[in-house]
Amino acid sequence: MIAEFGLAALWLAAALAGLQLFAGFMGLRPGGEGTAVLARPAALVQALLCGISFLVLLWLFARTDLSVALVAANSHSAKPLIFKLSGAWGNHEGSMLLWVTVMALAGGLIAFIERRLPEKTMLATLGSQAFVALGFYAFLLFSSNPFERLPVAPMEGNGLNPLLQDIGLAFHPPTLYFGYVGLSVAFSFVVGALLTRQVTPEFARVMRPWVLGAWCLLTVGITAGSYWAYYELGWGGWWFWDPVENASLMPWLAATALLHSVSVLAARDALRAWTVMLGVIAFSMSMVGTFLVRSGILTSVHAFAVDPERGSFILALLALNIGGALAIFATRAGTVAEGERFSVLSREGALVINNVALSAILGIVLLGTLYPLLTEAFDVRVSVGPPYFNPVSAIFLFPMLVVLAIGPILRWRGDSFARIRMPVISLGLLLLVSIIALWVITGIGILPLLGLALALVVAVGSLLPLRGRSLRRLPIAVWGMVIAHFGVAVALFGMASDTAFQQERLVAANIGDVVEVGPWSAQLESVTPVAGPNWTAIEASLTLFYEGKEVTTAHPQARSFWSPPTETSEVALTTRRNGQLYTALGNQAEDGRWQLRLWWKPFVTWIWFGGLLIALGGALALVGRVVGDIRRRVAGKKITDRKADQEALAAEAAS
Amino acid sequence: MSTGIKPKHQRLVLLIIALVALVGAGLLAAWALRNQANYFYLPSEIVSEAPGPDEAVRLGGMVEMGSINTAEDGVTVQFIVGDGDARVPVSFTGIVPALFVEGSGVVAEGSMGADGTFIATNLLAKHDENYMPRELEGMSTEEVRAEIEATLE
Repeated sequence: MIAEFGLAALWLAAALAGLQLFAGFMGLRPGGEGTAVLARPAALVQALLCGISFLVLLWLFARTDLSVALVAANSHSAKPLIFKLSGAWGNHEGSMLLWVTVMALAGGLIAFIERRLPEKTMLATLGSQAFVALGFYAFLLFSSNPFERLPVAPMEGNGLNPLLQDIGLAFHPPTLYFGYVGLSVAFSFVVGALLTRQVTPEFARVMRPWVLGAWCLLTVGITAGSYWAYYELGWGGWWFWDPVENASLMPWLAATALLHSVSVLAARDALRAWTVMLGVIAFSMSMVGTFLVRSGILTSVHAFAVDPERGSFILALLALNIGGALAIFATRAGTVAEGERFSVLSREGALVINNVALSAILGIVLLGTLYPLLTEAFDVRVSVGPPYFNPVSAIFLFPMLVVLAIGPILRWRGDSFARIRMPVISLGLLLLVSIIALWVITGIGILPLLGLALALVVAVGSLLPLRGRSLRRLPIAVWGMVIAHFGVAVALFGMASDTAFQQERLVAANIGDVVEVGPWSAQLESVTPVAGPNWTAIEASLTLFYEGKEVTTAHPQARSFWSPPTETSEVALTTRRNGQLYTALGNQAEDGRWQLRLWWKPFVTWIWFGGLLIALGGALALVGRVVGDIRRRVAGKKITDRKADQEALAAEAAS
Repeated sequence: MSTGIKPKHQRLVLLIIALVALVGAGLLAAWALRNQANYFYLPSEIVSEAPGPDEAVRLGGMVEMGSINTAEDGVTVQFIVGDGDARVPVSFTGIVPALFVEGSGVVAEGSMGADGTFIATNLLAKHDENYMPRELEGMSTEEVRAEIEATLE
């Protein structure tokens, strides 16, 4: 009964999305105002109904109602409650319901609070939001109903993939999904602004918090996903240029570009058409990402939930939404008036370079990801990996980082070189000296060498906006920018130093043998079988010495889960401030020796630390912008109140 | 540098830079993809037209029964990958994937050595019950397909 209730709520929500679309459409026509007032209430009730529907699904999973097909296929009565709940979205149907729910909640939120834009633009925005949502409702209701019943309830559920029974992974996909949905809201604002020809700084200010929020969540999601792949796959790498990883990186690249161009539009009323275009691209990339992940059309180490039929449904939605948006763009782009002008040497000029470089990298990643599909059409099977992605994207990344170091100290509209000569020359010297010094001292490869030198330059450059300003009175949004840019330097330093200086040892060791890697030596003490709640494992015990001093022990495992049967490698990570020792246990050779693989990875943790700093910077910028908006609104209200008071007084005095 | 140029022209300069960069990125990507993509070979293909010794490729096929040998150092394995028509010796140093067993499918990344042995830098086997390197799906030789289907059961 409860499941049917959830399904009914979902159908009603879909009907309301239809009403919202109709009301939004009527709002654009003369004489449609009567219907148009329904758009906001429809969005609110739709959010409520979707929320109820999702709560019902959570309830079904919490109670392990096995008469529901989805619960039987993905849950087990003996799982801990937190994994029962996360199981609700750890599968295709549930995750799509979560997507739709978050989208409805976002739509309800903008319907409820957003009153700054012209009402027609808002109606067009809500209509476009409803149009996108309707596609996903159709997808849920017709091809992936989460509330479907089984004719006969099984005695016990199937369980959840053990790789997914990880607290980090329980929250990793929703984080990315929230990011994607945030970009869908930005997309709706773009369509609304285009339809009503209102591409204004006010529109940019309204859209900016959504872009910032989406971008923060994507940053956190990618950082977490990278760390997960690092410790769970047991291959010692943190980025494989795998299609699923690229699928999350591409929306992030587009969102990063959008984030910067929307700031230009908000502050200076320039880059109008470009910002609109990026809004469309960012959401397209979210859908391309979802398509690549869900369809399993490309080989991936993360291929969990794949289904070609559903992939084609998402592809059709993608074509419909993006084709529609591009058609609107093509017909309206000519009417978006040219924005304010600026000179090449200005903040805007630097941000244009940022945008062009990010778009180029996005194109490079997209082409590399789709290339195997293209060649397969001609019956040639290829795969594309780091030898393509690393150098080709670096050609655009490195110049962009140089601009990042000086861009934030440039003035809007136009600047003179004389004013910034000192910092530019110092940063240039720093770059040159560090390149030469690294070249002479270390002799590492060209990419990590430039990466290390640029990390230093970006770190210094990112702090330059603080120079000569009162730190107490610096706006929160500026702190956000400084911290995010500094985070880029930190992450880049981690990547470059791990690539340049990591050391690896692969040996077959007897009990008592000592393995040396970098400053570490590890003594294999024992290998014993151990058992967990739903797995058995063999576990090695190693005593670790850092520069000759005994510091700690490490216990890497090779685990076997039995439901469903899966083998995983549980690596042991020993973290120091200057890096991580990564230990993996392999198989036993015929002569009784154990395979051990050890990596010393200097400063590898800085990669994820930097990622978190970037997200923190974004969050601070978001807070700063929202607080600023509220303050402005309160101040504006005070002014109008005072004016009204004065007018009333004047009227009184006159009478 | 900016004095003497009208703002309108400066915009044009930016637009041209942007277009050149984007078109350049596309051309660069197309060129690099032709050179850097790893081609996929079946054993019979790699025997008939061997790739250059430095060229990174992928070799996919079935691990022949009884062919896995561990070398003296305990971490190098040698085995034979076949597709029913041809057999290629492969050498791999590292920890083999958990589901790498004789008679099952494997994709080896690496390059051909001078002596006709394929030097693998990475092995991809089934990663869990549902995962199979996609290149192994629908291969031309019927026996291989049958065997892989059996492996996937």
